[in-house]
This record gives sequence, structure tokens and C-alpha cells, in this order.
Amino acid sequence: MKITEQNVEQVALFSRLELTEEDKAVYTESLNTILDYLDMLDKLDTNNIEPAAHVLSFKNVFREDKLQSSLAKELVLVNAPEEEAGCFKVPRIV
Amino acid sequence: MRLYNLSVFQLSELMEKKEISSEELTNAYLERISQVESETKVFVTLSKETALTQARNVDQKRARGEELSPLAGIPMAMDDNICTEGIKTTCASKILYNFIPPYDATVAERLKGAGAILMGKCNIDEFGMGSSTENSAFYPTQNPFDAEAAQGCISGGSAAAVAVGEAAFTLGSDTSGFIRQSAASCGVIGLKPTYGHVSRFGLISTASSLDQIGPITQDMTDLALVLNTICGHDVKDATSASVDVPDFTKSLVNEVKGLRIGLPKEYESGVEPQVAAKLQEAISKLEELGAICEEVAMPHTEYAAPAHYIISSAEASSNLARFDGVRHGLRVEAEDVSSMFKKTRSQGFGAEVKKRIMLGTHVLSTGNYDTYYVKALKVRSLIKQDFDRAFEKFDCLLTPTNPTTAGKTGKNPNDSLAMHLSGVCTLPVNLAGLPALSLPFGMVDGMPVGLQLIARHFEEETLLRVGYTLEQSTNQTRPKPGLFLKYNIHRG
Amino acid sequence: MNRYEAVIGLEVHVELKTDTKLFCGCSTEFGKEPNTQVCPVCLGLPGAVGVLNKKVVELATKAGLALNCAIGTYTWFDRKNYYYPDLPKGFQISQVFRPIAYQGHLDIDVNGATKRVNITRAHIEEDPGKLVHSGGSITTSRYSCVDYNRSGMPLIEIVSEPEMHSGEEAKAYLEKLKAILECIGVSDVKMEQGSLRCDANVSVRPVGTTTLGTKTEIKNMNSFRSVQYAIEYEVERQIDVLEDGGRVIQETRGWDENRGITVSMRNKENPDYRCFIEPELTPIELTEEWIEEVKASIPELPDARRKRLVEEHGLPEYDAGVITSSLALAEFFDATLKEFPDAKSISNWIMGELLRLLNARNMELSEAKITPSSLAALLKLIEKGSISNKMAKEVVEIMFDEGKEPDQIIKEKGMSQISDEGQLAQIIAEVIAKNPKSVADYQAGKKQAIGFLVGQIMKATKGRANPGLVNTMLRDKLAEEA
Repeated sequence: MKITEQNVEQVALFSRLELTEEDKAVYTESLNTILDYLDMLDKLDTNNIEPAAHVLSFKNVFREDKLQSSLAKELVLVNAPEEEAGCFKVPRIV
Repeated sequence: MRLYNLSVFQLSELMEKKEISSEELTNAYLERISQVESETKVFVTLSKETALTQARNVDQKRARGEELSPLAGIPMAMDDNICTEGIKTTCASKILYNFIPPYDATVAERLKGAGAILMGKCNIDEFGMGSSTENSAFYPTQNPFDAEAAQGCISGGSAAAVAVGEAAFTLGSDTSGFIRQSAASCGVIGLKPTYGHVSRFGLISTASSLDQIGPITQDMTDLALVLNTICGHDVKDATSASVDVPDFTKSLVNEVKGLRIGLPKEYESGVEPQVAAKLQEAISKLEELGAICEEVAMPHTEYAAPAHYIISSAEASSNLARFDGVRHGLRVEAEDVSSMFKKTRSQGFGAEVKKRIMLGTHVLSTGNYDTYYVKALKVRSLIKQDFDRAFEKFDCLLTPTNPTTAGKTGKNPNDSLAMHLSGVCTLPVNLAGLPALSLPFGMVDGMPVGLQLIARHFEEETLLRVGYTLEQSTNQTRPKPGLFLKYNIHRG
Repeated sequence: MNRYEAVIGLEVHVELKTDTKLFCGCSTEFGKEPNTQVCPVCLGLPGAVGVLNKKVVELATKAGLALNCAIGTYTWFDRKNYYYPDLPKGFQISQVFRPIAYQGHLDIDVNGATKRVNITRAHIEEDPGKLVHSGGSITTSRYSCVDYNRSGMPLIEIVSEPEMHSGEEAKAYLEKLKAILECIGVSDVKMEQGSLRCDANVSVRPVGTTTLGTKTEIKNMNSFRSVQYAIEYEVERQIDVLEDGGRVIQETRGWDENRGITVSMRNKENPDYRCFIEPELTPIELTEEWIEEVKASIPELPDARRKRLVEEHGLPEYDAGVITSSLALAEFFDATLKEFPDAKSISNWIMGELLRLLNARNMELSEAKITPSSLAALLKLIEKGSISNKMAKEVVEIMFDEGKEPDQIIKEKGMSQISDEGQLAQIIAEVIAKNPKSVADYQAGKKQAIGFLVGQIMKATKGRANPGLVNTMLRDKLAEEA
């Protein structure tokens, strides 16, 4: 077991996912299957290897500090599930 | 004349000669769609009205004598994770079931600029997590080669659309091989361009360092035409390459003499014998045409899949965090924000997506970061090294696209590992950011086989040349699917 | 008497002064209608990716250099993942692993002593949006509204070492930081507009020990003074907890300005930000030459300016400190000095009248209409004796409010000083003639009676008579008459 149900609970919280007890058991099992599979990487010695976060070695991609038009007002909230006074409305925070 | 039988190039000529109008062509495609769509389920959204308006605009321009792109007036479609202004873009997910982008992806804008007619948005796996459409939140797309749906074969919407004539060409997206794998299983051509060669602005990211948009076409000429329009630097995408874009039609050369083609033997493990036989057939043909084919060692290949799994899940867990019910898409109401987030995401995402998000969250968290994430990035370096070494000696590499012929629905629906492993031949290419082509090459048991050609960064031209040569020299590159023929015969 | 020592580190967020946001071309202008300065990028719309604003790199480098930091020649952006409704992408783009600037310091003065505070790092990051709570506060609201105008604004976060030991030191650090950043023009540094924000990490430990105590993070302070008070309160609170045999809980606490206390913000979740390199942006590689160029563009910093004012112009330390604490004041001073070479007298007028008027009107110097050259002109008139100090104060107020030149004001108001001896002699003679009793008292030895006579002369001239001259002439005249 690489990941326990408790770990899965924690991971679900960090992922903002709600799991039923049944889900928890299912995901614990399937995540363990995957993690076991990922273990094959342990075979490989990568001590002196640089990690490659980017595929190509581009650097210094900038834009000038020039104004561009913002979204038209009617488009900003077009997908908003709930809005009020030009803002995105959300239920209470705490 | 069945217009949906014709290539982009042929249709373009007909319109140029004013033998047909774009409106007529668009209507012909709409008719074809109404004929087959209930069986294929290629589209998530159809954009009939805007398509007709666009077509009329193109016809007016043509009437005014304006100079037009070869893609002008051509009915096409794109994957439903590419943003289209005013047209629903769902990523085949419930969480974006109602999302209408207020902007166009750069590729959508370029195609619009060229006058191509958007017929609709194609079915994919939810957030591209899969290799056919088994993980679409809406429905799987029927593989048109499995005409009676007897084998339950499914495929990507964008590849099926081209195969069955619901669009003259399409744009797909490729994180682990979707474009190439579904093109192969539908007997059409699919290309994943070099990372950065086609703008990702407006492509809803799953794994930002792996995702690429690419064309799916009926033949190599069409491929060159589409690439000419969609490739090139985009100031809105920091990962877009600032390199000169050639005229790809110039690479349509029927000549491979002296070309050095590497055959990575690691890619042959797990390949179905009949598929291997087709590959061998292609090798013989290429050798006969003067290419030099030799084995090449890619020693880290077996580690590509687990590394890809880690990187793609990690990036996805972060990229999919923006789906929280605040600004767009599904919201499930709740008392407080935190519950709203959880309910929305739990009901909005499908099982596979949730699993990947959790895996990604897990591999990035304190204590696991080095073990999994950094390790995977190091493996990625090794995979790149393998390719770099191979390309010191070879101009391109030849492998099967899929280890087997088209996957079947219902086969291990919960086994995401098996699904992931079906991408063993394609996903190393994403890790290294290379361009790769899938070209149909004959059939096995009534299902098409795809060959994959991989080239150096920004050397799509080599792929076009080899692909074009095979297309011109064999009769294997345009298999016609049963579903296509069925309606061809019945309705004519 | 104190058995405990406070240990304080500050995290200061400073909004950089650019026209556009960090990764998109939306305006950074403050105070616009909600969600009118947003685009797919800063709204975090699916599919949108951004491109780094070059100006931000320049300003951040400049700030780093002014804070004596080393500049990272190879840096990049990372994602900091967490969920909050004001965070449109579900992650914040920041520099976690490689900040653009690190290992700097600044010197503060507290109680006459100079102290060095080390700066751990200064990194670039994006601002989240802003929550507006329906019920006034986060805890009492049934719902909240999100405005993303601020989302994607370029920030630098400047993190100090935990090396301050009192609220006063923290305030001095902030004042110095503000003066430096204002001087180099990288930010408006206005706490009230949110272009400078400060969180404080506070812990206490028994005097003489070196391990750090458990810290709390204090948020929601909206002025330098409230930073000081909040820290002072929190230090006391932690000492009380320890004295009572309790343990300080590591948590985030909010400063309640009205009640003057810090309140637990009760985080249920221990955050794990799962940071990783932002794959959608490219690394930044800076050359030494470019960094040198930025360095060359940095103007004289407040400390150097202050030293110059003391050493070259003979200002008292205190005056020099006040004047250089604000770029506007310092520039005003230097500009005045160019036209009127008496530094001390300029400083007196700035420290006296100018600051008094700014306070009284609750204004920024830039909003006042007075100019350095008009102040210099006024000082010249005083020097020449054309106007009395007292009158000059009235004039300066008009200059401040209306922006007229001093000679024009003096002319309009008939305020010029009478130094014409003939004219004064005549007035003196009249006053002597009208006040025989006071003259007699003076002659009889009641020298203070002269005050009344001077007063009468000033009254007759509406205060315009040159007081020094009046005194001398009156004494001479009275001596003559005796």
C-alpha cells in the first residue's frame, strides 16, 4: 500500500473533490495500482540527470508593457453561474 | 458527385473554378452529417447557422475576386477543447457543459481568417484523458470502420469526422497520442506538430508541456495546406516558437532516396504480429524506394509511459483547478464556497479525470515531489537524449502508431493504465516535443493500421516527404471505412 | 524587565508601476468599475495563456538592486496551487524556487541607532482578484462578490529575515522600504490603495535563547501604524499565553483595527501548495550587462541623499531624515535649493509650514499648488526684508492653495514690508504724538512701554512695517525726545 484511505482523503481535500466511503475505497485501490506501476522508475538511476520541465529551451519570451483592450463588459460575465453588480457572486467564504 | 468524397485540395479547385459555392458545399456536408451523425456521434456541438453564414461570406469574397486561401469555404471541425468564440466548448466534460468562450483560440482565429467553415466541435475524451472517446462525459464516438458496431470499436471524433466525410479536415489535440492514435484507428492522416509550432493559445490545457494541436486530413496534400495555415509564431503564447514557417506544400516530394530511417526496436515490444507485419511491409517499400532503414536503440523507452503519466497528471491537477464553479461552467450550489467547490468538481468531473487529478495532486505534494515529479522530469531528459542520439544518425524514425488495431468500447473501462499503455508508441514523442505523423497503411481484420513517423524538432517537412512518397507509391494509405461505404452505397 | 524577546519578519507585497498587468495587456489603473479591466488571461478562462511583461522584470530587478540584493541571472516562474474564489486559475504564478532577487538588506534608524535588516528574497508574482463581502466583513457575509480587476497585477513580494524585535522597528523598516521603492519609481507604494501590503510573522522567545518560537502570521493591517500596533498587541498576547503556561498556536491572525486586537482566522487546512515550474512560461535569463544597465538607472537613494543633506548642506540629522522619507519632499527640497542656497531655511519652511499645511489639508505634496521656485522666490523676499516672516506664512498658504507667485500675492494683498525710513519716520512721529502717556512712561524708565508703541505702529501699517527697523528707529526717536 503506497497510499492509504487517509492519504486519499487528504488528496481529495487538496483537489476539492468529495468522496463517498465507497469512492474512497475504489480510488485507494486504483491509485495504488498506478503507484505500483510507477515504481518501475526506481530501477532507473537518475542521479546526475537534469530535470526537464520544459520541452524546448526557449527563454526570455516577453511582451512590451502596452495596453490591449480588455474583454467587453457583456462578455466578462456571460458564463458566470451567478452574478451581482458586475461581479461574480459566490456563497459565503467561511 | 459526392462532395464529401473529395479532398480539401479538390474542393478548393472546384470552388476556385466556381463549379460549386461554399454554401452548396456546406449544405452538402450538413446533409452528410444528418445522414451519418446519429450513428457516428462525432460532434458534441454542431454550428450549422454560423457555418452557413461563414460560407456565404466566403462566396461573397470570391465573387468580389478577393484572393483566398485554399482553405476558404472548406467545411472543417475541431476538437471540443479548442476555444471557439460564441460556440460552446465543453472538453467533453459536464463541468464545462455550458461554456461559451468569449474568444477564439489562435488556431480557430487563423482558420476563420483563412475562410474555413467551422461545422462543429468534435467529441474527445473528457479533457483529452484517453486515446479514443471512452472517457467522453457525453457518449463514445463510433469507429466508422466498425460499420455495424459489431466490435464496439470507438474512436476520436475529429478522426472519425474526416474518415466518414462529416468534415473535410479537422484539428485535434494530442497530449499522449490522441491525434495520431485516433487517426490510425480511423484510417486517416494525423500529425502532432513540434511543440511550439502551432499556438496553444485557446487550447484548454490538460498537460501544458505535452499538449499540441494538429491537423487530421484525408491525404498528405491537405495536411500541408492545413499546416501552412495553422503553424507559426503567436505573440499570445509564450511557448510558441519564433521560427520561420516553410511552405509545406514544397515538401510534397515523391522521393526518399538516401533518407535514413531509424527503426527503434523498443517500440516493437507488445505490438500485435499483424501490425508488425504491416510495419515490415512499409519498411520493405521504403527500402525499395531507396531509403536506408536500420535499427536504432532507444534504451529508455519503457520509462516513458510512467514518466508521462506522472507529468501529465501533475500538470492536469493544476490546470483543472480553475473549474471551481465561480466564473464559468457547472456550479452545484452549496452553503459556503468550500462546499460549492467540492460539490461542483465532484459532480462535474468524470471518474478518470478525478483519478488523474488526485494522482497529480499526490505526486506534487510534499514528500512525493522528488520521488515522483522530479524523477519523471529527469526521465523526460533521458527520453529526449534517446531521441537526440537517434537523430544524430537518422532523419526520421518509423514505428507503429498503435500496438494493436482500434480499441473496443467496454474493454477495461476502468483500467486507465491499459488505456495509457496503448499510447506507448506515441507518448514518448510528446515528452520530447517532437513532430510525428500517423499515416494509414493498410488493414488488419478490417481495421486500419497506422504507421508513425517521428522527426527532429521543426522538421515536419521530412514527415511530409516520407508520407507523401508512401502515399504516391502504395495503395494502402486511403482505406475506406465500412460506415462510409455503407452510406455511399445506400444514399449515393 | 522583559523576560521575552519578540522576533518579527515582514512579508511586503508591492504592486509594480506598469501600464499593463503581469501576463496580459489589461490596464493596471486603480479604482475602475468591477471586472472592466479583465481578459481571458487574467480571468483564468479555459485555454488562455499569458506572456510576461518585460517592464516587470526591469522594475523588479531595479527594486532588488536598490535593496542591495543579488540578482538571479537564471530564474523562472512556478505555480503555487490553492483554491480561493479570488484566484481565477486555482494557482498563483509566482517565483518559488528561484526569486529574481535575494540576499539583500536595508538599514533602519530606531532611537538614534542604525540597524541592518536582512532581506531574504524579493520575487515576482501575480495578484489575485478582490472579494467584496455583502455583509461588510468576511465572517458576517452570506455571500461575496469577486472583482478580478486586480487579478494579474504585477507584484513583488519582499521577504525580510526575522530580525526585527519591536513594532517600532517594523514600522521603521516599512518606512525605509517605502522611501526606497518610491525613490526608484517602481511603485506608488500607497497602502491605502493596496499598492503596498504587509503581513507580519511574529513570535516570541525567552531573552537569551536563539531558537525561534512558534510564529503567527498577522494580516489585514492597513497602515504602517497599524502594523506597529498589531505587532505590539500580538507580542503581548503571545507572552501572556506563554506566561499562563500555554502554547502559541501556529496560525494566521487578522488585525481588527476597531478593537485593536488580532483574531484567529481559523484555517482548517494545512496548506500544501504543490509548487512546480510553470510549464506555460519560459525561464528568464539576465545578462550581467543588462543588470548593470538597470543599476545605472537607479537615482540617488534616500540614505545617500540624507547623508548629502547633512554633510554638504549642514542640515540636522532629523531634518534630513524627514525630508528624505518622502521622495516628493526630497525632490522639492533639492529643486528649491537650486534657486535659493540656504538649506536650513528651506528645511525650516518645509518642515514647518509645508508639512503643517499638508497635514491640515490631508493632501499629498503633488496635489499642492506651491512650486519649489515659488518657495525660493518667497525666501528671497524674506531675505531682502521685503516681507516679514509672519506675513510670509500667510503668503505661503496662498501659494499652497492657489499656486500664485509670492510677489503677485504680496502686491495684491498689499503685504509688502515698509522699510522706507522716511515713511516709517512719519508714522513713528504720528504714534508718538498720539500716545504721550506711553512715551512719558518709557521716559520714566518703564522700558516695556515701547511694546505698546511698536504695536501701534504695526497696527497703523497693518503689520507691514519692518519690525527690526521700527524698533531701532523708535528707540532713536524716543532717545532724541528725552
